[in-house]
Amino acid sequence: MTGPGAVALAAPQLTQSVDWTALAPAVIPAALAVVVLVADLFLPPRRKQVLTWITVAGLALALLSLIPLRAGRHATFCLAHAAGCSYTADRFTLVLQVLVLGGALLTALLSAHAVEELPAGEFWFLLLSSACGAALLPASRDLITLIVALEVTTLPSFALVGLRRGDRMSSEAALKFFLTSVTATAVSLLGISFVYAATGSLHMDTVAAHLGSEPGQLHTLAKAGAALTLVGFAFKLAVAPFHFWVPDTYAGAPLPVAAYLSVVGKAAGFSGLILLTALAFHPYASTWGPAMGVLAALTMSVGNVGALRQRPDAERGAVRLLAWSSIGQAGYLLVPLAAESAHRAPGRHVGTTVAYALMYAVVNLGAFAVAALVSRTAPQGRLTDYRGLYARRPAAALALAFFLLCLAGLPPGVIGLFAKVAVFSTAVDAQHGWLAVIMAVNVVIALVYYLRWTALLFGRPEGAAEGAVPGARADALPGARPGAQADASGARSGALGAQAGTSGAQVGALAEPASLAADGAAVAVRTPFGLTAAIALAAVGGLVLSGAPQIVLRYAQGVLL
Amino acid sequence: MNDTALQYLLAAALVLPLLGALGALLPPPPGLRGRSPEQAVLRHGVTVTGAVLVLTVVLAAGFDRGHPARMQATTDLDWIPALRIHLHLGVDGISLPLLVLTALLTFLCALYSYFHPPVPQDGPAPSPKGFVALLLLLEAGTLATFAVLDLMLFFLAFETVLIPMYFLIARWGGGNRERSALRFIVYTLLGSVVMLLGLLLIGIKAGTFDMVALATDNGSHLSHTVQVTAVLAIGLGLAVKAPMWPLHSWLPDAHTAAPTVGSVLLAGVLLKMGTYGLVRIALPMAPGGMHTFAPYLAAFAVVGIVYGSLACLSLALRGNGGDLKRLIAYSSVGHMGFVLLGIASLTRTGVNGALFANIAHGLITGLLFFLVGALKDRYGSSDLDHLAGRTGAALYGRAPRLGGLVALGAVASLGLPGLAGFWGEMLAMFGAFEPGAGLSRPAYVTFTAVAAFGTLLTAAYLLTVVRRVCMGDRDTATAQPALADIRGYEFAAWTPLAALTVLAGLWPAALLGLTDPAVRSLFGGS
Repeated sequence: MTGPGAVALAAPQLTQSVDWTALAPAVIPAALAVVVLVADLFLPPRRKQVLTWITVAGLALALLSLIPLRAGRHATFCLAHAAGCSYTADRFTLVLQVLVLGGALLTALLSAHAVEELPAGEFWFLLLSSACGAALLPASRDLITLIVALEVTTLPSFALVGLRRGDRMSSEAALKFFLTSVTATAVSLLGISFVYAATGSLHMDTVAAHLGSEPGQLHTLAKAGAALTLVGFAFKLAVAPFHFWVPDTYAGAPLPVAAYLSVVGKAAGFSGLILLTALAFHPYASTWGPAMGVLAALTMSVGNVGALRQRPDAERGAVRLLAWSSIGQAGYLLVPLAAESAHRAPGRHVGTTVAYALMYAVVNLGAFAVAALVSRTAPQGRLTDYRGLYARRPAAALALAFFLLCLAGLPPGVIGLFAKVAVFSTAVDAQHGWLAVIMAVNVVIALVYYLRWTALLFGRPEGAAEGAVPGARADALPGARPGAQADASGARSGALGAQAGTSGAQVGALAEPASLAADGAAVAVRTPFGLTAAIALAAVGGLVLSGAPQIVLRYAQGVLL
Repeated sequence: MNDTALQYLLAAALVLPLLGALGALLPPPPGLRGRSPEQAVLRHGVTVTGAVLVLTVVLAAGFDRGHPARMQATTDLDWIPALRIHLHLGVDGISLPLLVLTALLTFLCALYSYFHPPVPQDGPAPSPKGFVALLLLLEAGTLATFAVLDLMLFFLAFETVLIPMYFLIARWGGGNRERSALRFIVYTLLGSVVMLLGLLLIGIKAGTFDMVALATDNGSHLSHTVQVTAVLAIGLGLAVKAPMWPLHSWLPDAHTAAPTVGSVLLAGVLLKMGTYGLVRIALPMAPGGMHTFAPYLAAFAVVGIVYGSLACLSLALRGNGGDLKRLIAYSSVGHMGFVLLGIASLTRTGVNGALFANIAHGLITGLLFFLVGALKDRYGSSDLDHLAGRTGAALYGRAPRLGGLVALGAVASLGLPGLAGFWGEMLAMFGAFEPGAGLSRPAYVTFTAVAAFGTLLTAAYLLTVVRRVCMGDRDTATAQPALADIRGYEFAAWTPLAALTVLAGLWPAALLGLTDPAVRSLFGGS
């Protein structure tokens, strides 16, 4: 983790004081990964569930370790006299660490049951290692730490994607992901070496200070270096035209891993891109700015059109749709970066990307959690499997509808709407009218497929057999006696609470008196606690944010970096 | 009543339907279960919308009619400082009538649905729970549109109505409902996102989203280019909603597919959001941009008037298989054309006329859609040829009260003096006859002439409808089985609309007295 600059200049002072409090959010997952791997050796197969709770507790601990860092700016691994630190925990770092660690926590919850089919120890080890990298990435302030962190994030992901043994789709997905990712890293490394050659430094602020004033003959080299580095990151972020690997990888990976990649993987990649554009390569803003705008427009259009073309009866269509939509959302995330270039002061608009990413993380993980829930009864994961979900599992259906409307940016998904408004306002502010208009069209395209899916949830269930799920449709019988009616509705609310409590407290309160009735009524497979918790957390998060959007949108205000 | 009480009344009127929508989804508490869950939830809808109506009526009663140009019952709270969004609410003479109209129409719809639960044309009915929740959410969105004084909140409220209306059409509609619903939401969303860009442009350039501050400014802080761009974007969005020809093509399908209640609210309230936005936002905040586009707006408006009337005429004629709901929907395009013409005249007279016509159209078209819904229930179809047969449906003979009400609605819609439809359209044309300063008089006189021709066409198709639906030969009039005349609940739901139509026709000053001072302040005068 020490920058090579620090090694080279270590002569005057042989030891370095390390600020472990600042490092804790990245170190805890790493230590935990080792603990889990070792513990796995000694645990009998029946008790593997313990690993889940160790992981969840550890990630929660890592989140708690962020609290002492709230005030001020902590930096460590600094050069002795020159300015420049390799690890900085400032406001930007903390927000993104909350995002990635929270995202990893939700992923852990929603994969608690899926691990039964996967090698548990390896799964948790890989997840935690990747989370460690993702937590390190936003804190890194030199290019080597950045690349190392990025690799720590993605390398375990390949294994995670391919973890389902004996599944051809899974290994194919892992191979595709691996090849693109390695290419991306190679390209980025080449770019970084050019930048180093041109500026003689790897620390981002030093690079920024030297770029633009480098000797004339190195000018082209520096520019090419910056461009190559950014192209590498574009690959990792599945920015069009480097997006082709995403749908296959997501569809082939175990569902929680797809959720993890779409949120934590993406957030980590974006934090790297933000650091590169807003800090290191800011002098070249006029060059990468327009390119970023074009990429944003292209990415969102490709992603949304791809999602629109998903056939509802295709196998694993739900995850594929979420994969394409995540490409589209990545396009929106790029818009503030494109607007960034119009500002002389660095870091003016990147906060909007962060705010949008926070919103996206909560609701997208929620959507994946409901998808995981549905895939337990309908393993093919077709979109048509969601038809009539409201009749079977009202709470889960309402939660998914809410998540999808947040992603679409329509009320009642208020937070989605205002996150989009914030993105739009950066584009209008930077006078990128064309980009705003393209994004407007994309929002409409996206609405079509999100709404189609939402409408499916409330559609009539296929066939009479599904329509007659006990309890769920008991209220549709017109002539029943009042007493029987009361019983039925009690049983229904009980079943509702047992399946997936979204609006936590209310539903839970209803479920208690009727829990006996629920045992009789809930014929569906019992929902694992982890899934319920993940859905409930995401739904409560989304609702709270919808009521008080300021919680995330404050990052869109002022300079974040 | 003091302002604090009014302020709470207004806030309560906005929050109550939201809470009601949530409550509708939860199981009813003990003691309120009623005869069946369906009945309980429908009654819940009536209670909540009734309470909201009472709140708005009390609000109207407490409103200081001496100063309708001043914003009253204002609340201003910081909500999202990052985007400079305030929870800024208030009513003045322009928004108050629309608020009451919304609350009234929603209440009548809930009342009507209580006795006549909505059933989709094919297949079993979904639980009315969702219906009531969506209806209340829709009410919250529409009321908020008329009560908020922050551009971003206006956009939020504007978007809030989309999802409930989509599901009302897609779930409880008939015919090609899912397609029509999708078309409705895609068109209006495309419009409103473009509108958002315009709103952001104004907000960012002027440094505030506060509608009162921006309106007082009269665009003096915005360059002409910004004003023109903003009005283009905002106008496009609102014109889709209004709807203005040629952006109206979502409307006939949506109306035809929507359930009766959906049509009533769509025509009665949702279309008003478009014209209200033009008056409230485009007119005072970017007068320069509005001035540039006014002639085009007027031209499109009169084309809409003639186009709507011709479409209706062709639907009304025998042998064309015209659907009555579709006909009323096209007539809305024509009537909203008058509203747009009034706004485009950029005069006090014209804008007052537009606001009056807004309310009148809400009352009359609401009534007409209720009536057509009732006819559809009784005949099983709203196809005019099916209804009228060869000689006419002879409603005067078969169901005299229903026939009489249809005739009343039709003549009110064609603008008979003494009924609500007259004043708005007349004032709009007066305004266009002498347009605001700097607008080409000859062009506007031509527009007025074309609009006047449109009123003739309107009369032609509405009288044709009356002749074919209400009149007929003796055999049809005495045909068995007898047609049910107006039932008690129908009477209750329709009488207020008919009574207000007559009242507004006989005493227009009640409404114009509210709007005129507010309109004067829109134009920067005092």
